[in-house]
Amino acid sequence: MDDIKYTKSNYIAPKYVPSPDYGTPKKVSEKLVMLTIDGVDISVPEGTSIMHAAQLSGVSVPKLCATDSLEPFGSCRLCLVEIEGRRGYPASCTTPVAEGIKVHTQTQKLADVRRGVMELYISDHPLDCLTCAANGDCELQDMAGAVGLREVRYGYEGENHLKAEKDETNPYFTFDPSKCIVCSRCVRACEETQGTFALTIEGRGFGSKVSAGNKDFMDSECVSCGACVQACPTATLMEKTVIEAGTPEHSIITTCAYCGVGCSFNAEMKGEEVVRMSPNKDGGANHGHSCVKGRFAWGYATHKDRITTPMIRKNITDPWQEVSWDEAINYAASEIKRIEAKYGKDAMGGITSSRCTNEEVYVTQKLVRAVFGTNNVDTCARVCHSPTGYGLKQTLGESAGTQTFDSVMKSDVIMIIGANPTDGHPVFASQMKRRLREGAKLIIADPRAIDLVENSPHVHADYHLNLRPGTNVALISALAHVVVTEGLVKEDFVKARCERDSFVAWRDFVAKPENSPEALEKELGVKAQTMREAARLFATGGNGAIYYGLGVTEHSQGSTMVMGIANLAMATGNLGREGVGVNPLRGQNNVQGSCDMGSMPHEFTGYRHVSDDATRALFEAAWGRPLSAEPGLRIPNMLDLAGEGRFKALYCVGEDIAQSDPNTQHVTHALESMECVIVQDLFLNETAMYAHVFFPGASFLEKSGTFTNAERRISPVRRVMAPKNGFEDWEITAKLSEALGYSMHYNHASEIMDEIAALTPTFKSVSFKKLDEFGSIQWPCDDENPSGTPTMHVDEFVRGKGKFFVTQYVPTSEKVNTKYPLIMTTGRILSQYNVGAQTRRTKNVEWHHEDVVEIHPHDAEERGVKEGDWIGITSRAGETVLRATLTERVQPGVIYTTFHHPESGANVITTDNSDWATNCPEFKVTAVQVTRVHQLSDWQKHYKTFSEAQIAFANKKLSTQQPA
Amino acid sequence: MQTETLIKMANQIGDFFEAEPDEAQANLEIANHLNRFWTVDMRKQIATYVIEESGAGLHKQVVSAISSHLKV
Repeated sequence: MDDIKYTKSNYIAPKYVPSPDYGTPKKVSEKLVMLTIDGVDISVPEGTSIMHAAQLSGVSVPKLCATDSLEPFGSCRLCLVEIEGRRGYPASCTTPVAEGIKVHTQTQKLADVRRGVMELYISDHPLDCLTCAANGDCELQDMAGAVGLREVRYGYEGENHLKAEKDETNPYFTFDPSKCIVCSRCVRACEETQGTFALTIEGRGFGSKVSAGNKDFMDSECVSCGACVQACPTATLMEKTVIEAGTPEHSIITTCAYCGVGCSFNAEMKGEEVVRMSPNKDGGANHGHSCVKGRFAWGYATHKDRITTPMIRKNITDPWQEVSWDEAINYAASEIKRIEAKYGKDAMGGITSSRCTNEEVYVTQKLVRAVFGTNNVDTCARVCHSPTGYGLKQTLGESAGTQTFDSVMKSDVIMIIGANPTDGHPVFASQMKRRLREGAKLIIADPRAIDLVENSPHVHADYHLNLRPGTNVALISALAHVVVTEGLVKEDFVKARCERDSFVAWRDFVAKPENSPEALEKELGVKAQTMREAARLFATGGNGAIYYGLGVTEHSQGSTMVMGIANLAMATGNLGREGVGVNPLRGQNNVQGSCDMGSMPHEFTGYRHVSDDATRALFEAAWGRPLSAEPGLRIPNMLDLAGEGRFKALYCVGEDIAQSDPNTQHVTHALESMECVIVQDLFLNETAMYAHVFFPGASFLEKSGTFTNAERRISPVRRVMAPKNGFEDWEITAKLSEALGYSMHYNHASEIMDEIAALTPTFKSVSFKKLDEFGSIQWPCDDENPSGTPTMHVDEFVRGKGKFFVTQYVPTSEKVNTKYPLIMTTGRILSQYNVGAQTRRTKNVEWHHEDVVEIHPHDAEERGVKEGDWIGITSRAGETVLRATLTERVQPGVIYTTFHHPESGANVITTDNSDWATNCPEFKVTAVQVTRVHQLSDWQKHYKTFSEAQIAFANKKLSTQQPA
Repeated sequence: MQTETLIKMANQIGDFFEAEPDEAQANLEIANHLNRFWTVDMRKQIATYVIEESGAGLHKQVVSAISSHLKV
């Protein structure tokens, strides 16, 4: 592994070799069946189709309606074969192999039949191949060639579909029914791959046509995942980028920069221009599927708002000055030195982001610890999943999810708590929905009716525990109470795998009458009987898996709830094998990785505390600098101190605290109080409006590195084009370090990973070379697990014995009263991504161009609020104005909004309340009042003036949207 | 940092460990949490507050944890 050293000039991404289309999905069986295909003997697992077996033996049977991502359908009649001793011409896609059969795929008779079939297809197909967008990438064209079609005897004058109207409503792809051969691949992809069932075949016989429910695509149920476009064998469904640019000429495998699913993509290129992002069939997390963001929403990388020249300024009231990289770096370094001399090193710090690669996060925390000389480094996981890191480390011994995504296919009962997978983690949601359609049971604990409750075709929740926001811990205690008092604990598992004393203390605690569903019913707003039934189902229904999101962590008892979830999983024996587990769904692509990389102020890489002398000595030796044994400041601590004038310099990489952190006015006051704010980003984001130095960053398409997804999967990010800003982000950090007198010399991001591997036991055997070889690796990856660890805690927990924690419910101090009688909670939507800096600069805005507030009709009526009215939302922290939408998805007393647009000011309202253990903000519970209003809030008016001035200072025309 | 912020945070930590039946153990856990996650300046500030203001507003157990086990 160590023999190859990559540099920028010698690193060549592994050549993308598309795997063949086997026509039908792979089957798994211990029993092998031997058959002969075209004179060649082959043995394949029982259940395999003849078509698949033929491809395995190197024979391609002509096909149109078959593709190996979909179950066979047998409609195109092109894949017919002859089997000795059997009558007729069975379709090889729907006919399974049988012992000893002799199959012929090419005979004179088959050739005649296939030509006849193709002749019919082509008689109703436009013959514009040369100018068709699919020219060279069309299966119909290929098959016409393969079967030797030379004439169409019927002529082209008869009734046909050639004048069918195009549907170009979707911003990313067109639907041209004149080119459709009604193979149903799109319909089946929508059903089987995506699970949305938006498409159907309407009519019969000649009148059959693909329809998005009799609507145009934009108004239909379509979620624009693109699975249909990928499945289409012709130009009927086609990416607009391909129509514009033509077919790509080379392809490089890389990893999506959106959510924590971490889909693998082939970046299909023409020179340095991306033509298409197509999901990688061999991707371990996504198996060839994608969502609207990953597949289509990458245009931001070349958006006109990108800033590509460094800028500096003395005060935030000054216009920006464009300067050279050297000047910007030297100015930043001189400011850091000045502030260190004047205020001391503890008045400085850095923030990394889950949008950064592992390598970028690593060098940033190294810069802060080794060069700034302080442990004041934190990451945006502080405001999302820090309780996961804490809670799982305490109970199980490792700060990470326990499973692979594929594990869900072996789950019998799925419990989703405070997560909305169809919007937040769509590609995993599709896999989960597949399992649910196969019959797995579903329990959802969420204050709001997410789509999986009853708004997803052929999927519904068996139990929806629609608890009041802020009462999670009471719920987990109530569920545990049922398990313990009804004798449903998996005693063998607990005895063998867990600390006895801790279990006894927990058992006795949850068994108390005050933790019964009946006692907590009123507090939770969920019927006791429903909780009892849900708990019984989870404990006795077979493999039980818990998936959770920020609805668990972003609470004052976020860490308590994570521990409560781990307690329940241990007590029911649902850990250490496939189909079970505790699965945090990570919001961003590299939440797991940024935490692994030592970007929290109290720990080095691999979750080792800074006070641990041996670990510190290791890093001191490697870095050649003394390191502090004291934990540094967390983001909220930094902001508090900044507001008091005691924290003066911040290096903020890829993070937008002015939009994403709670109590915006507190954050901006802190930023205004600092003397040197350095922001490294693609865009002039909200935080950059308060910055003194702007380092333009590189997009994920312009750099090398790795992301680690929610299943601990380390996946390569590969540079497919030169950085428009000139440098990969780690190079910028290294330059700053150099200017501060500490050399950080790396030739390539791979050398940073080598350093991480050398210093981090769980990454010991990870290298870029190995990633090139394996595609992706799930850590821990060491001598014992050289190809990684898909399932954790198999024989024992990482901490040895699992530890139960008593989880006393403590109601949040953010209480409703007559002044603030409603609770506001927040979430994400499918088409937009977090602060929206990326997705707002793509055509995804066509789905979601403003944040709106969901309010229950009862609460709306009381306040005279009608659909579409402006409403003022006031909390203890601030006020903002948004448009209302009336829906029973939210319960009375609760309102809900998304936070993708800065002018919405969702975080103007959220408060400083936070998780007891990690200070993760309590985003999910804010007491508010709502009134009908006619104008923007004072904050929004100020924001509008301020941001317009800041954009003018950057001398850029930025396309930020303002409410109408 | 505002002492009220520290008091609030310390009390929240106390709330969690109060469920621990062994009081001595709870004291240790509370102090350990502060030692591991609070900066030394924050710890000094709360320790000084405990001495100067007798820990007014802090939970009894938190005061006792700070007095007995806090590293400053």
